[in-house]
Amino acid sequence: MAMSTYREAVRAGLREALAGDARVFLMGEDVGRYGGAYGCSRGLLEEFGEERVRDTPLSESAFVGAGIGAAIAGMRPIVEVMTINFSLLALDQIVNNAATLRHMSGGQLRIPLVIRMATGAGRQLAAQHSHSLEGWYAHIPGIRVLAPATVADARWMLGRALEDPDPVMIFEHAALYPLEGEIGERPAAPGIERAAVRREGSDLSLITYGGSLGKSLEAAEILASEGIAIETIDLRSLRPLDEETIIGSVCRTHRAVIVDEGWRSGSLAGEISARIMESAFDELDAPVRRVCSIESPIPYAKHLEEAALPSVAGIVATAREVLR
Amino acid sequence: MANEEAINRRAEREGEIELFREMLRIRRFEEKCAELYGAGLIRGFLHLCNGEEAIAVGAMHELTNEDAIVSTYREHGHALARGLPMGGVMAELYGKANGCSGGRGGSMHLFDLTRRFYGGYAIVGGGLPIAIGLALAERMRRGRSITACFFGDGAVAEGEFHESMNLAALWGLPVLFICENNLYAMGTALHRHQARTDIAARASGYGMEAIAVDGMNISAVREAVREATAAIRRDSRPFFVEARTYRFRAHSMYDAELYRDRAEVENWKQRCPLALHSARLAITEAEMAGLESSIASEINEAISFAEAGEWEPVSAAFA
Ligand SMILES: Cc1ncc(C[n+]2csc(CCOP(=O)(O)OP(=O)(O)O)c2C)c(N)n1
Ligand SMILES: [Mg+2]
Repeated sequence: MAMSTYREAVRAGLREALAGDARVFLMGEDVGRYGGAYGCSRGLLEEFGEERVRDTPLSESAFVGAGIGAAIAGMRPIVEVMTINFSLLALDQIVNNAATLRHMSGGQLRIPLVIRMATGAGRQLAAQHSHSLEGWYAHIPGIRVLAPATVADARWMLGRALEDPDPVMIFEHAALYPLEGEIGERPAAPGIERAAVRREGSDLSLITYGGSLGKSLEAAEILASEGIAIETIDLRSLRPLDEETIIGSVCRTHRAVIVDEGWRSGSLAGEISARIMESAFDELDAPVRRVCSIESPIPYAKHLEEAALPSVAGIVATAREVLR
Repeated sequence: MANEEAINRRAEREGEIELFREMLRIRRFEEKCAELYGAGLIRGFLHLCNGEEAIAVGAMHELTNEDAIVSTYREHGHALARGLPMGGVMAELYGKANGCSGGRGGSMHLFDLTRRFYGGYAIVGGGLPIAIGLALAERMRRGRSITACFFGDGAVAEGEFHESMNLAALWGLPVLFICENNLYAMGTALHRHQARTDIAARASGYGMEAIAVDGMNISAVREAVREATAAIRRDSRPFFVEARTYRFRAHSMYDAELYRDRAEVENWKQRCPLALHSARLAITEAEMAGLESSIASEINEAISFAEAGEWEPVSAAFA
């Protein structure tokens, strides 16, 4: 099996998309000369030229909106927003235009647009550079939200996203870029819309996505050494949610813990918990619990940041409480 | 020779009367909308463009069917001048499935892809980046079409305006920016929302050609837009036209108009683009009566079309 870093896998996906379809182009801040803030597009400018690997000014709203307009006109733009923190400056275009235009035009406009960005904390970047707001985007009907947590998903999700005639957002947790793993095979359909059971188990369902998958698997490993079998589910798609996989797992394990780097109030974890309650209340042997970030801006100091984010120890402790 | 001249002159006058007819058609349509709103048949926000008709009609006449249009929530005039059938527009205001957006958009969101009418945008400034993208796609495909983007003076204060102007100039995109400067953003007068009220001068600061034109004079609008489209096609650069105009009616249907004097409104009505043009053409009473009656029947047909329309089934809308 071929190995790669997550970063190289993203790049391979981008390269394949650019090479395979003349309508595809990549645009965003520093995607060209600089090679991408996280190095994902290094070398692509040289390979595909300035027109298709397009450096933009610091104008999140205009270039995200331009991606929407170009998609309406039949192109297949991939817009990279450097990080989710800066996507707040493009919220108008994403929420008011990308998500609404197909519906509002009576189905006349289609927007085959992919918007990628880095998300998440964990690198001591302090409060303005550590947001995990993908749950906000998952709130919005009209856009699909993906979170590749593995090298294989980083490699293959983009191609699937580009096949969608409607807008797709892809959130890459910044801590994952150096991760090494297997690229795997090109997945057969249905691919990106289904959650993946990353580890099977019968005692408790650990439901997570993106940057928290690694921590969740580590926690499952620790508990396995005590004879506790944790099923670990990687959502992969935050909108729509794969309820079938989630509920199916809870019906087998009868216990659930959700791990989400977003804040707990109004979180995606809250949504998943509500759906379990709605569909599998009678199956539950214990209340659903959530492991989320502490409700504070993310601090700079290492020990404080670590304390603010979901941790392996915190997941293990919560799982134990639910199993008690 | 003299005969030929007379023929030419007559053809020219007929063309000018057609422009007048289109403006009158928009004016009467808007008046009917106000009436239907009062009767509760049109709901939601309704922004009428009375006073600003010369810009819609003048600009559309200089654009081709291949050019793309992006507009605002005050877009009935743009849509009609673009050639959207009046029935589909009226049905949209009624919220019917035979409306040009299937009844899902309403007054502020008219769309017609077949006419490259890419919509009314109700977030001030929100349509500008879309226009940039349409033009970018055109540029990347080596096409020749222009994207015309309409917006108000209020949009000039938005960040999206600045970002879009810079991007269009930086990338040399074929965008025609048309600012309908009607001196107010809702109730806030231009000098109370812009540090620099000369909008065209401001636009030229982004590195694009910009001209200001009397938006009440359809000939002046046409001339400006003709110059602009020629320059865009020739130089592959964006161009900015500020059309100075005035809205005769309230901002929307909920507006007590506390922010301006009646006298100011009356003064501007002296410069009504329809009156100016008909005086210039010396339109006769008989000609006028003919235009009025054909427009009235078109409006009645549009209402019948809207009334006959179905409501989209709920199950279809959310499928
Ligand atoms: C971003 C945003 N802020 C506020 C509003 C509310 N609003 C609707 S129209 C308007 C005034 C816009 O004025 P202008 O751009 O001059 O256009 P006009 O209505 O005069 O045609 C305002 C403030 C809005 N729709 N969008
Ligand atoms: Mg205005």
